[in-house]
This record gives sequence, C-alpha cells and structure tokens, in this order.
Amino acid sequence: MANLEIDFRGIKSPNPFWLASAPPANSAYQVQKAFEQGWGGAVWKTIGAPVLNVCNRYGTIDYKGQKIIGLNNVELISDRPIDLNLKEIAEVKRNFPNHAVVVSVMVESKKETWQETIKRAEETGCDGFELNFGCPHGMSERGMGSAMGQVPEYTCMVTEWVMEAATKPVIVKLTPNITDIVQPARAAVRGGATAISLINTINSIMGVDLDTFELRPNVGGKGGHGGYAGPAVKPIALHLLSAVASDPEVQKAGLAISGMGGIETWQDAVEFMLLGSTSVQVCTAVMHWGFRIVEDMIEGMSNWMDDKGFKSCNDFIGASLPRISNFGDFDLGFQSVAKINHDKCIQCNLCFIACNDAAHQCIDLKDAKLTKEANERLWPVVREVDCVGCALCSTVCPVDDCITMVQIDTGRPHTTWNEIMKSKPEVTQDWHKMEEYRKTANIHVH
Amino acid sequence: MAEHYKPNTYKAWEMTLEERFQEVYPPLAEREAVTEANRCLYCYDAPCMVACPTHIDIPTFIRKISTGNVKGSARTILESNLMGATCSRVCPVQELCEGACVLEHDHKPIMIGRLQRYAMDYATERNIKFFEKGKSNGLKVAVIGGGPAGLSCAGELCKMGFDVTVYEKKKWANGLSTYGIVVFREPVEVALAEAKMIQEMGVQIKTNVTIGKDITLDELVEQNDAVFISVGLGNVPDMSVPGENLAGVMDGLDFIEETKVEKLDSIKFGNRICVIGAGNTAIDCATIARRLGSERVNIIYRRSEAEMPAYHFEYEFALREGVSFMFLTLPVEIVGKDKVEGLKCVRMDLGEPDASGRRSPIPIPGSEFTIPCDMVVKAIGQKKQSQMMTALAKYDVKDIKGYIAVDFATNRTVHPKIFAGGDCIRSHGEASTVMAVQDGKIAAKAIYRQFIGELEDQTEHAKTGCCKEVAGAHAH
Ligand SMILES: Cc1cc2nc3c(=O)[nH]c(=O)nc-3n(C[C@H](O)[C@H](O)[C@H](O)COP(=O)(O)OP(=O)(O)OC[C@H]3O[C@@H](n4cnc5c(N)ncnc54)[C@H](O)[C@@H]3O)c2cc1C
Ligand SMILES: Cc1cc2nc3c(=O)[nH]c(=O)nc-3n(C[C@H](O)[C@H](O)[C@H](O)COP(=O)(O)O)c2cc1C
Ligand code: SF4
Ligand code: SF4
Ligand code: SF4
Repeated sequence: MANLEIDFRGIKSPNPFWLASAPPANSAYQVQKAFEQGWGGAVWKTIGAPVLNVCNRYGTIDYKGQKIIGLNNVELISDRPIDLNLKEIAEVKRNFPNHAVVVSVMVESKKETWQETIKRAEETGCDGFELNFGCPHGMSERGMGSAMGQVPEYTCMVTEWVMEAATKPVIVKLTPNITDIVQPARAAVRGGATAISLINTINSIMGVDLDTFELRPNVGGKGGHGGYAGPAVKPIALHLLSAVASDPEVQKAGLAISGMGGIETWQDAVEFMLLGSTSVQVCTAVMHWGFRIVEDMIEGMSNWMDDKGFKSCNDFIGASLPRISNFGDFDLGFQSVAKINHDKCIQCNLCFIACNDAAHQCIDLKDAKLTKEANERLWPVVREVDCVGCALCSTVCPVDDCITMVQIDTGRPHTTWNEIMKSKPEVTQDWHKMEEYRKTANIHVH
Repeated sequence: MAEHYKPNTYKAWEMTLEERFQEVYPPLAEREAVTEANRCLYCYDAPCMVACPTHIDIPTFIRKISTGNVKGSARTILESNLMGATCSRVCPVQELCEGACVLEHDHKPIMIGRLQRYAMDYATERNIKFFEKGKSNGLKVAVIGGGPAGLSCAGELCKMGFDVTVYEKKKWANGLSTYGIVVFREPVEVALAEAKMIQEMGVQIKTNVTIGKDITLDELVEQNDAVFISVGLGNVPDMSVPGENLAGVMDGLDFIEETKVEKLDSIKFGNRICVIGAGNTAIDCATIARRLGSERVNIIYRRSEAEMPAYHFEYEFALREGVSFMFLTLPVEIVGKDKVEGLKCVRMDLGEPDASGRRSPIPIPGSEFTIPCDMVVKAIGQKKQSQMMTALAKYDVKDIKGYIAVDFATNRTVHPKIFAGGDCIRSHGEASTVMAVQDGKIAAKAIYRQFIGELEDQTEHAKTGCCKEVAGAHAH
C-alpha cells in the first residue's frame, strides 16, 4: 500500500486529508473523533476576536434532486471563548502527537494583538498557524478577514508581524474574492510566509424565496452576501490554485500549498494535488456526510497510487503543473471530430438537438438501417466534414464513451496565436488578412 | 426461480378490507416525483412519446414536474389526452411509453405512468380548469356512450366549438373507468372527476339514457350534424355449459362493478372461487376476490400460460396476490343442486396452431374431474353490441366480426355523419383506455376537418416528427 504521509514544510501528517477551519473543526470532541476516523490533520476553527452569531447561518443549492451542491454561510469565526479553544487544542495535540493541528487565527489589525495571540497559541504545542485573510462576511466589515486578504499590502504586513512572533510554520489563507489571486499570494511570499492555503469562501447569495421574497440564508427576514463553498466551487478553486501554484515567485520561494474548495472525494483531492497542493482541506463535504467519508478518501487515493505505481504523495504532487498554459500558446493545429458509437447509442437525440440548436448543425438524424427493425428509429450521424470539434455533443451524451472526440489531421499548421501575433501580426488585426490566412492554412469555418 | 415467483409481501390478513381496496401504488411524494423526473433525459423526439397512442409530450410534462411547474405539466398531458388521470393508472405502460423509454435497456425506465398520475392528481386536487368551450360553430354532435372514447371525443369537439351531448346508459359516466377497472387500480372518484371536467367544459352529459330504448339512433342521426358511437362492448357472453344458471354463477363485469359501487362489506363472494378465462377481466376478478377475502381462487384457462391474453405484469400480480392458475383446463359443466357446488372440467392438450396462430386446445378423453367450489365467475370476454349493429345496418355500416367497421384514419363509417371509436371498433389489437381516448381524438379532428376545414395545429405530427429524416442545416 502506498505511503500517504506528507511533510507540509515542517507540518507532518499521516495523510494529506485535513479538516478545514470551519464547523467540523470547532472543538476537541470533533477533531479527536475525526482523527480517530482517519483524518490526518485539522485546521482549528478560526479563533480571535469576540463575535456573536446569527440564526439560519446556511443556505444551500440543490440540483436535480441532489442536495447541497453548494453551501453558503454567514457564520463568523469561533464563538467559543479563546481560552477554551486553546485549552482544547493543547489537549488534542497531546492525545494525537502525530497528527497535524493547525491553529487558524484572525484578530484585529494590530501588531501587538496578532503577536500576542500567536504566542499564546504556540503554547498549545500546535504544529503551525493559518492566517484567515479570507472570511468574506461579518469579519470583513470589521476590517478583518477578506478586508485584509483583498489588499496585498495588508496581507504582507500582517504576515510579517506574525513571522516575527511565530516559531512554527505559517500558512496564509487566501480569499477568492479578488481579481488577481496571484497578488496576495506574492504578498504572502514577501511577508515571509511558509505556505499558502486556498480558497476561502466566495461571495454569494444563495437564492430568493418566490413566495416571501426573502433571501437565502434568511436571518429573520433579512439576508446578505455570505461565503459559498461545496462541490460547485471546485472548478473555481482549481483555477485559483493553478494560478498560484504556477506563479514563478511562489514557486521560487518554495511555499507549500494546502488546497480546498469543493473537495468531496479522493478523486477531487488527487486533482488538487496534481495541481500543486501538498495537503487538502475539506469542510462542506463533512458538514453534509460526517467524518466517515475519509475512509474512502484514504483507500481510494492509495489504490489509485498503487495502480499508478506511486510510492508517496511527492511522486505526483504538482504533476499537472507543466500542463498549465494559456490560450495564446494552444496548438491551433490540433483538430478533433465527434465520433458516435452506434452500438452504445440509446437514441435520445440529445446530441442532435444540442449540435443543431447550439453548435454547428452537423449531426443529422438518419434512417441508417442499423437494426433489423422495420420501423427503425432514426440515428444521429455526424457529418464529419462540417464538425468543428467543439465537443458539445460528447458532453451532453448521457452514455459513457458513446461519443468520443477523435483527433484528426487535416494538415493544418501546428502553430499558436502568440506565434502568429509575432510572425503575421496583420492576420490578427484585419479580417481580410485573416480570411487569406485561413485559406493557406486549410481552415474552414462554417 | 423466475423473478415473479418472489414471495408475496402483501399481507392481506394484516389489512382492513378498506385498506385492501386502496390504490395498489401510493401516490408519489413530491421529492420522489422530482427525483424521478430529474432522471428523465429529456430526449429530443422522444421514443416514449412516439409509443404513447395519444402522443403526450412526455419529456415536456416530466421536465415541468422537475421545475415545480406541475400545473403546466398537467396541461401538457391533458392537451393530448383528456383522460390522462385514468390512463396514468390503467395504461399497460410496459408495453407502451415505458417500454420505449431509452433507459429501458441498461437501466430502469422512467416511471412515466406514476409521474403522469402525480401531475393529474395535483390538478384534480386543486380543481384546476384548463379548457373551456371554443367559440360556438353552431354544429351539433351526439355522442353515444360516455366511456373514455366518448368523453375524449366530446371534450375535443367542445374545445373546437361544437355543441356536444353525450348519451350514457348508466347512472354515471366514464364507462369501464367508472364501472370496470378495479378500485385498487383506479378509484371511482378519479373516473367521475374526469367526467366532471368534460361536463364543466360545456359538454352536456345525459345519463340514464339508453340509445335504442329511450331514444333511437335514427333520431340522433337526424337531429345532429354528426354522431360518434362509443358504446364499448357488452356483458360476458354465455359459456353454453350446463348449470350456467345456478345461483353462485356470476358475470365477471358485474362482480367488478359491485366492488366499485357497493359498500365493500356488503358484497357476497364465495370461499372457493373458480374464475374462467385468462384475460384482464379474469385477473381483475380473481384479485378482487382474494382481496375481498376469498380463500381459494383458481383461474381456469383452456390454453397454456404462453397463450394467455393477460399481460405478463398482470399475471405476476395475480400470482403475488395468491391466485392459482389451472392451465389447459376446459370447464364443461357447473355442478350443483340449486347453487354452485363444483366445476367439472376436462384436461386439454395443445394441437396444431389455429387461425389466430395459437395452438388450439384439444380435450383429453376421459380426463374429466370436478373442482369443488361455491362460486364461478365468468370472464371470457365481452359480447359485441349486436343491437347497435342492427340499428346501423340501415346506414350501410358494416361490421368486422361484430365490431363497427370504420376508416381508421378518421374513424368514420361509410356513412358521412356516423363516426365510431373505442372498444366497439377494436376488431384487432388490444382494447385499452388509451386507444379509446385516441379514437375519440381522431374522430373529433376528422369531424372538424369534414365540417369546418383543415386544422391549424398539426402538433401531433410536428411533435413526433418520427418518420422524416432531419438534417442539420448548413450554416455559412
Ligand atoms: C375488467 C376490465 C379491465 C380492464 N382493464 C384495463 C386496463 O387495465 N387498462 C386499459 O387500458 N384498459 C383496460 N380495460 C379496457 C378498457 O376499459 C376499455 O378499452 C375502455 O374502457 C374502452 O372505452 P370505450 O369508451 O370504448 O368503452 P366503455 O368504457 O365500455 O364505455 C362505453 C359506454 O357506453 C355506454 N353505453 C353502451 N351502450 C349504450 C347505449 N346503447 N346507449 C347509451 N350508452 C351506452 C356504456 O354504459 C359505457 O358507459 C379493461 C376492461 C375491462 C372489462
Ligand atoms: C459554515 C462555514 C464556516 C466557515 N468558517 C471558516 C472559518 O472560521 N475560518 C476559515 O478560515 N474558513 C472558514 N470557512 C471556509 C472553509 O474553511 C473552506 O475554506 C471553504 O468552506 C471551502 O472548502 P469546502 O468546499 O470543502 O467547504 C467556513 C466555511 C463554512 C462552510
Ligand atoms: S463536436 Fe460540436 S460541431 Fe462537432 S458534432 Fe459535436 S456538437 Fe456538432
Ligand atoms: S446523445 Fe449519445 S446516446 Fe443520445 S442519441 Fe446522441 S449519441 Fe446516442
Ligand atoms: S424516453 Fe425515457 S428518458 Fe427519454 S424523454 Fe422519454 S421518459 Fe424521458
């Protein structure tokens, strides 16, 4: 069996699965229960300034009968007294010396307060800190959380304060509610952080009640933006992770990354790790299903590693990073067309209507005489010469491996937009020149 | 062991009589319905819709359930099939829409029938009215027989502005939906609500009027612009065996009717019952006898399992209900002094295929035996409406094996004013409610075309463009 242990720049953990700083990591009872069930680490629910919570803290999005594809919260940081939290953190660390226990901190923007809180937290014996610069509601209005994370200068400044006081690794947790995530990531590098974690929750309003006109979540008739998490945010998290993980400054500084946002299964976790996460954190999935999901996460990942011949997580962490590219560097000569496997096709015609109404009208319904039935239903058939290879049909087809996008070679030059910009700038500026170029390059647009 | 022999989970002895006559399938709860609706792929030019004899736009009505537009869903159903509530309960869906569902092969087909019932119940419970009489065109149509075929035709004509009167022999309208479909498949209230909907659209329904007795066919033909005949079929025919008049011998349809209109605890039934025949009616009689509390119910059928006309799912249902089957057994005499004491039968072998292609049963000499029983239920089909046939002769309307002969594209007889539909024209193929409904629709459209002109809305063809090839356009 593969070895799942990780060394997160000094924070050791029996596996990469950590509880995110959130309700599942709220108390010693919960974190110890989680460790017993297999979680490798936990980032304690953020401690810091005194708060008061409201009722109806959560709102969710269900999709086609599936509950919680996304979850929004207007919850604040821990509403338990800081002393109690620190006492319990120490207790957990004593009982689980080999697990990762990270303390998430968010206090008002004063050097003394930050440094004092960090020092008190170190006394628990914890393995490191996470600076919550991401909470998008309640705390931000008080100048904390994302109010910090959205201004790179503040991020850098507070990180410096903390680094002065801390002897343990420090993770800066980034907010996704920003135009360019790389800026606060670089600020963390400048501030001397050991690591970065992302993403915190995304600003959102979950919905509006059609009878009462109230918002979701509904706090006594009123609602406002809250933080969005859960499966629906995963693609956004993967993008932000890839942006940070492939940034040369972050790479040069050698920061570790803890990825999160929508992780529910071992497959999700592997994807984050392929894009450069050393550990992964989970909140919503545990809120939905409980700690027990970790058993499959561990087993699934280790089976996958065995299948791939990976001995340890380091063998694959970041393995997809070299594939991160930009539109300008994509190969314009790469071509594919849709191929339908009629042995698998169930004749739902979803590919037909998708291509016809929303793509390039190149699937026909034909009496293809594929069966012996007298009244044979019509079959979808791709007119390959007209297929632009957009892949829409293959994404709507409900049958696995029924429509495949097959690579073809029509002799188009293997060049990129950036290369054309350099060698033939006129083509990128003038439609007539573009038309001429297309002719020479054997590109037909219908 | 075959799947259908799985143990019976229905425990009659743990249920009250009333509970045993509740609908077999409970209604879908909202979440169940939405989850099932979400499983539907929303196929384009969907095969389920092609397979539905009334061509209900199934993907659309299912999608509307999933979006919470249940009212719109009900409208979509009723637009194609005014008897959608009955059909959702009685249609042999495995043979029709669900059998054609693209998810049939690898997975589980969508529960189209139960979803349809969900939408129909929603509309009925809220008493939502979808249709009203169209602008009057001054033309009068008489409908003879207020069953599914008649009500469907009447409703469609009413929508198009005809003045329609339905003449119904019985106390209540909706034919076998009211009197013939066992209550645990369709409660009487559902059938009556459907009739009420047609009435509220503006159709006159005159009950307790028998055409041929209270009013003649000739009068109706004379007084109306068109007549639609939908009298269904008659009672169970005689078996022509000795003892048929003994007390305890019952017409299967009368037996079912009792359970629909009488108080359940007032119904008399035997403890050991022989049901003769193996079609839908026989299955229904046998299962209601079991649910009433009869200890032993035997279905006696002269051919073998393979030839029985009941659908396979009905056969399975009867087995699960604890009904026994005696195949290759022909009743020859009902024995008893003044009431039934037994059924004398002879065993059969299967010989050469007969005209229907089924191997014909031949009695085995000397194999007579008697099954002790205290009730015999005849369920060997229904009589043809010979009186109506006689009345029609004058108009040159012919019959096919006792059924009214029509042109199936229009359901018109040779006489330009006389149309017919439903069981009384079903000379071949399975008689079913949904076919009767479609017959009514076909006739209504033909009447419109004949008297008024082309229909604007050719939706049925447009929606199920199943026969023509569709090519993606060449956009440039
Ligand atoms: C026991 C049984 C179970 C069945 N189960 C199913 C099932 O599960 N699924 C399914 O799809 N189909 C089933 N059927 C068949 C289905 O009920 C019929 O196909 C359908 O009812 C036919 O409709 P119809 O309008 O043609 O005739 P009917 O429903 O028979 O209606 C004819 C109407 O005409 C009236 N009438 C007759 N003569 C006159 C007259 N002279 N004057 C005035 N009124 C007259 C009758 O009283 C009746 O109301 C079953 C039939 C039976 C007998
Ligand atoms: C109810 C709730 C409360 C949260 N509280 C905190 C918090 O106190 N501190 C913090 O850093 N992140 C907090 N988060 C953000 C999570 O730690 C995590 O970044 C986010 O939920 C994305 O992961 P997920 O998709 O697995 O839920 C909270 C999230 C939720 C849903
Ligand atoms: S890949 Fe796009 S253009 Fe080609 S057949 Fe599919 S939908 Fe049509
Ligand atoms: S979407 Fe897939 S299954 Fe459906 S018709 Fe097209 S190829 Fe066949
Ligand atoms: S065939 Fe099945 S999946 Fe397709 S639309 Fe009909 S019910 Fe839905």
